[in-house]
Amino acid sequence: MSETPKAGGPALVEVRGLRTSLGGKVIFDGVDLDIARGKITAIMGPSGTGKTTLLRHITGQLAPDAGEIRVDGKNVPTLSRNDLFDLREKIGFLFQNSALLTDFTVFENVAFPLRQHMKLPEDLVRNVVLTKLQAVGLRGAAELTPSELSGGMARRVALARAIVRDPMLILYDEPFVGLDPIALNQVLKLIRTLNDTLGITSVLVAHEFAAVSRVADHVYLIAGGKIAAQGTPAELARGESPWTRQFFGGDADGPVPFQYPARDYALDLGFPAART
Amino acid sequence: MSSVIKPDKAPKRSEASMLGDSLAQVGACALFLLSILAAIPKSLKHIKETIRQIWFVGAMSLVIIMTCGLFVGMVLGLQLYYVLSIFGGTAALGTVVSLSLYRELGPVVTALLFAGRAGTSITAEIGLMRATDQLAAMEMMAVDPIAYVAAPRFLAGVIAMPLLACVFNALGIFGAHLVGVTWLGLDNGTFWSNMTSSVDVWKDVVNGVWKSCAFGAVVALIAVFQGYTTPPTSEGVAYATTRTVVFSSIVVLALDFVMTAFLM
Repeated sequence: MSETPKAGGPALVEVRGLRTSLGGKVIFDGVDLDIARGKITAIMGPSGTGKTTLLRHITGQLAPDAGEIRVDGKNVPTLSRNDLFDLREKIGFLFQNSALLTDFTVFENVAFPLRQHMKLPEDLVRNVVLTKLQAVGLRGAAELTPSELSGGMARRVALARAIVRDPMLILYDEPFVGLDPIALNQVLKLIRTLNDTLGITSVLVAHEFAAVSRVADHVYLIAGGKIAAQGTPAELARGESPWTRQFFGGDADGPVPFQYPARDYALDLGFPAART
Repeated sequence: MSSVIKPDKAPKRSEASMLGDSLAQVGACALFLLSILAAIPKSLKHIKETIRQIWFVGAMSLVIIMTCGLFVGMVLGLQLYYVLSIFGGTAALGTVVSLSLYRELGPVVTALLFAGRAGTSITAEIGLMRATDQLAAMEMMAVDPIAYVAAPRFLAGVIAMPLLACVFNALGIFGAHLVGVTWLGLDNGTFWSNMTSSVDVWKDVVNGVWKSCAFGAVVALIAVFQGYTTPPTSEGVAYATTRTVVFSSIVVLALDFVMTAFLM
């Protein structure tokens, strides 16, 4: 396992001793991780291991049971609502289900953060929005409503909205789901370009290792409430730990149980208990 | 065959715990009201949204309010003419109809119709916004959903309700006039002069407007609160819209009694 990344000065996001339980289930049991400034960091792991929950902790949508989450030096769980909103103005967030405002057109959705926080002339708003929509290939869809978009298009609009104010940190929750190969390639290029040209720090939560390995500088594998492995995509692909072998090999057998805990299968089907 | 799901085995909640939950809901609703009131100055930044909501809950409710107002007035005219004619008092038809409408029927029936027409749509809209993460997306864009979503709808309810009640009253009086004067032959001058001489603007009309404002606030608060706190599922949204109508109706009628007692 490689060292935690230190590139670009102190980490933009520092998580220390994170502990969280939801509905009686332990999600994080002492997680420490750093998100390096100006880098693309991927958070991977089996379903239900708390990847989205980690993003919700980072953005202050959910308070942890214990631990520190520092974003740009500010301890998020202790921030007041106003300070939290100030911090969120510098963060872009791509939701799993896009979360577009259904009363608005595509253009109005992307313009929404600009109109709410910046007193810009409408001509400038128009140019900025069209530039972002061009970047995700949807300038021609500006006047459509969210109900007229496919899932992949909605995700790209949400991506344009997340980057419209050139935030210091962008959190992508499952950005590759529902994208066709062309859109996937363009989104990967866009994430890399934003990172390289504007120095934006990116955090990707994703399952697609092939896509992640094309853009991520560092990968954390979360499993069993802890960081099971970390390193560059190449290091993780070569990893010998049972976690990495099972996750990247897609095996049902291993430290991550495929089956949700249940009683005896035969009993559930109404047969006599299986002999052992 | 054994069953995996056994709803009958679910632990039964005691009456005390259900009462505790209900009181907690009332407390949460009161805190929600405070947060809306605190967010109203910020929501004035989104004045266009408030105007859009006034249009949506007010203007879009006009058809049902006008239709019901007309028929309620016609029924009142018919019933009261029959009862008053027994005592030879049909001349008082305009007075009785107008006082009934201004003091009670206008504000109360409008509030009940408003809960059914606008309250349910507010709850369903906000509930769906919750279920599709639109409220969370606003939070993440540093836009306060209480100021952008809840407060404009609350204000729209407070502003639109008295206006709708006035329209309801006007159509109600028109309906009673239609039946009493045009159909049953009561003297037109008697109808209007008795009405204008016995209705007091401050005691009858303005008190009715106060009631309407209070009912508008209550119905809008319940509708917004139910939508805002609904579980993010289709079943949750369905239950929330039902609760909006049931709770609004009960609270409006109870509040009507209290306000009538104080405003008499």
